[in-house]
Amino acid sequence: MFTHRLFKVWRRDFLVWQKYFAVSLVANFAEPFLYLIAMGYGLGRFVPSIDGMSYAQFIAPAILITTVMNSASFETTFSSYTRMEVQKTFSGIATTPVSMAEVVGGEVLWAATKAVMTSCVIFLVLAFFHLIHSPWVALMPLVMGATGFLFASLGMLMTSLARSYDHFTYYFTLFISPMFLFSGTFFPLENLPGWAKTLAYFLPLTYAVKVARHLFAGSFTLEDGLTLAGMFVVAILLGLVAVRRLVKRLIV
Amino acid sequence: MNSPAAIVASDLRKNFNSFEAVKGINFQIRRGECFGFLGPNGAGKTSTMRMIYCFSPLSGGFLSVLGMEVTREARQIKARLGVVSQEDNLDPDLTVRQNLSLYATYFDIPRAEAKRRADELLGFLSLQEKKDQKIDKLSGGMKRRLMIARALINKPEVLILDEPTTGLDPQARHLIWDKLRALKASGVTMVLTTHYMEEAQRLCDRLVIMDHGRILTEGSPSELVKKYVGREVLEIRAPRSVLLPIKARLEEKHYENELMRETLYVLLQHQDANILEEFPEIQGLDFHLRPASLEDVFLKLAGRELKE
Repeated sequence: MFTHRLFKVWRRDFLVWQKYFAVSLVANFAEPFLYLIAMGYGLGRFVPSIDGMSYAQFIAPAILITTVMNSASFETTFSSYTRMEVQKTFSGIATTPVSMAEVVGGEVLWAATKAVMTSCVIFLVLAFFHLIHSPWVALMPLVMGATGFLFASLGMLMTSLARSYDHFTYYFTLFISPMFLFSGTFFPLENLPGWAKTLAYFLPLTYAVKVARHLFAGSFTLEDGLTLAGMFVVAILLGLVAVRRLVKRLIV
Repeated sequence: MNSPAAIVASDLRKNFNSFEAVKGINFQIRRGECFGFLGPNGAGKTSTMRMIYCFSPLSGGFLSVLGMEVTREARQIKARLGVVSQEDNLDPDLTVRQNLSLYATYFDIPRAEAKRRADELLGFLSLQEKKDQKIDKLSGGMKRRLMIARALINKPEVLILDEPTTGLDPQARHLIWDKLRALKASGVTMVLTTHYMEEAQRLCDRLVIMDHGRILTEGSPSELVKKYVGREVLEIRAPRSVLLPIKARLEEKHYENELMRETLYVLLQHQDANILEEFPEIQGLDFHLRPASLEDVFLKLAGRELKE
């Protein structure tokens, strides 16, 4: 089903991104910077330490992970949909030996890579605020990769269902935004009532934030490793469903 | 691999749910010829094209391109095909030259070779001056030329042209025709769909006329004109009340004719100017005697009524 041609689609997106690279980096730099100042240091003054961490330390890994989520989600929804429906880039490529499955797969892979690459600038911001202490943070790209891949696949699945851009507005307001707030990102899940806590365990971001926070705090358990592996498996499965659905939709 | 026919279809079918777009057609396209598919909108031309370039799956029948079955060897076929689809799907995020060089990589053409071919094709289609422009800065004619250049990047043996000049001005159209003729002379097999009878007449060695998913007829443009229309057509324009008695008299004398709204078309098998002497009443009317064309064949077979 997939050959090396998948990476040709990846490379196409990479080439285009290089042109807007500077602009996207500025955004990725500014946003976490503002969040850290406003929430970590502004709001954080009124927050007692959580599990021995300052509030800024608590939200730092979450800011990194949510940026990956947003970037990957945006890329396979609004951007991929534009390339597919408006620019007809997908069908243009699929008349070459590259198959439609490889086009869609390449897009997912690209979205994951881009999300990780652009989010890496946040490490600079975190270092600037002295928020990186543990050497385990070196494993963060793995957590970011799993997060990027998972949300890229999920976004592509939404694209396979979408008939217009409005669809994505629902997806972001009803799914991505609640996840941004209720995945143990800005406050510990323990503070939530029981039913909400249960609900939070169905949100994929919860797991990514948990593992990221462990790495920043200087630990990496077997459970964290299994969580990561699980995220990759879910990402692959969702990605395959998205590819299947889109091939069925586009190849008629 | 070197079968004499470039493309063979038998009982080829395409359904979209319950709608039958292509209803079991047969054709053979020879290597090196330009083969046309003519027909009104919805005749099944584009569906047929999309099956030939291995985009749409077949609903039934058999189709082979360059000796390979489309259902089995799509990738190998696509590697040797050039496709100019009906809608422009150039990559708007890239420049003109990048559109070519990046497209080449989808065919596994090495990067240095890709750039060399891109420049060569920009020259061939007179686009050098635009090479660093974005796609949205190009005119319609330039976009179509770039679509053709892109379709040639893998040196295809078969070029599929789905309405290559629709919506272009005469200058742009003539330039494209010249380039397509040059390609044909170099041995490229071409498959063309068009609404323009003049285009079909100029470019096609053989063609089929399709309607409602079926092939109505097949032949060279001149054969078809001779067979279905004759040599000349006399058009007479007048109110129907005037035309009806003329039509009756023409039929008495076995002249083939057709009345459409306010125009009477008389198909003349021979160069037959005496029709005006035979029917002097025509001379007082608005009439026009002209050579028969493919358009007459098309309208005769596909009907003069609007299709949509």
